[in-house]
Amino acid sequence: MKQHPHHTAWYYFHVKSMLVISGIIFVVAITTSSFNQDSKIIDDSIPSKGNTDSVESAQAFLQVYKVLMSPRCMNCHPAADQPLQGDDSHTHNMNVQRGKDGKGLYALKCANCHQPENTPGLHMPPGNPKWQLPPADMKMVFEGKTAHELALQIMNEKTNGHKSKEQLLEHARDTLVKAGWNMGEGRLPPPLAYDEFLKAWDTWINKGGYAPGK
Amino acid sequence: MITLNINQKNYTIDADPEMPLLWALRDIIGLVGTKYGCGVAQCGACTVHLDGEAVRSCVTKLKRAADKKIVTIEGLSKNNDHPLQLAWQEVDVPQCGYCQSGQIMSAAVLLRENPNPMDTDIDAAMEGNLCRCGTYLRIRKAIHLAAEIQRNGGRKV
Repeated sequence: MKQHPHHTAWYYFHVKSMLVISGIIFVVAITTSSFNQDSKIIDDSIPSKGNTDSVESAQAFLQVYKVLMSPRCMNCHPAADQPLQGDDSHTHNMNVQRGKDGKGLYALKCANCHQPENTPGLHMPPGNPKWQLPPADMKMVFEGKTAHELALQIMNEKTNGHKSKEQLLEHARDTLVKAGWNMGEGRLPPPLAYDEFLKAWDTWINKGGYAPGK
Repeated sequence: MITLNINQKNYTIDADPEMPLLWALRDIIGLVGTKYGCGVAQCGACTVHLDGEAVRSCVTKLKRAADKKIVTIEGLSKNNDHPLQLAWQEVDVPQCGYCQSGQIMSAAVLLRENPNPMDTDIDAAMEGNLCRCGTYLRIRKAIHLAAEIQRNGGRKV
């Protein structure tokens, strides 16, 4: 009968060691992966470029978050299918609805009152050529979201309007986002100046798009 | 000079492009069926159609309305026989009547986009049109009737 010369105690020691080491690597990998998914979106479309900084990024988002949760941004990112209005973010009067495309319904479409620019006067309808809510199939809700939840939502292409990292950076320069700082008479501005917001937004994304802790 | 296409007719007027469309309609062109209610886009009395949408003419500037198709209550139908106008007469909707042209212009957009509206659709379309006389229930009834007339080819049912 043919013998297996390597089946010695030394051989079994090696096999056991390899199994233990493999096990440790597996557990560490799973743990790390879970941690990453929890604290930062792992999204192939948003590659990090080696200059990420989770602390700086998450701190920058906390500044961004103050702006996004202000009435000037949140009023058009409501949890329900109706816009909010005013500094107290009450439900928009006239029973205005989101509509499928986010531009209202029937005789109450956004642009019926909201002009391409602000209408002069106290509490008159603010305006912008793109005035609308997010569409019904991608509501991009801000209202009620924690900083952690909102950061994850914005960094995920499946929940941010299919925006890549570059498109997110561009979005902060969009006329409708800037409209938050052109609020018309009788409305408070966002808590940060636009330039400060832009700096925080860019830092958050360029440093890795990390979410603050829960 | 600004050219406005109103009820399929061109009007060239000498007016400030920042002037609200309602001012031009009533004070320059003389189409007074459209009413001034609040002047701040809150009541709907001044509703007209701009490229088919029910805009508030008190906040819509001439520079936005130029080169677009404007329809006022006077141009909604040739013989005052739009299904809504027939239904309005049948149900005898108006009390004082001041808000009614705006009500009908808003309801016309609803019926075009939803020929068979439920009460919730009517609420979603019409809540921006205020009526001090409180004719809301008759307005709702007339819109249902107009939908029926529309389905019946524009003839009374």
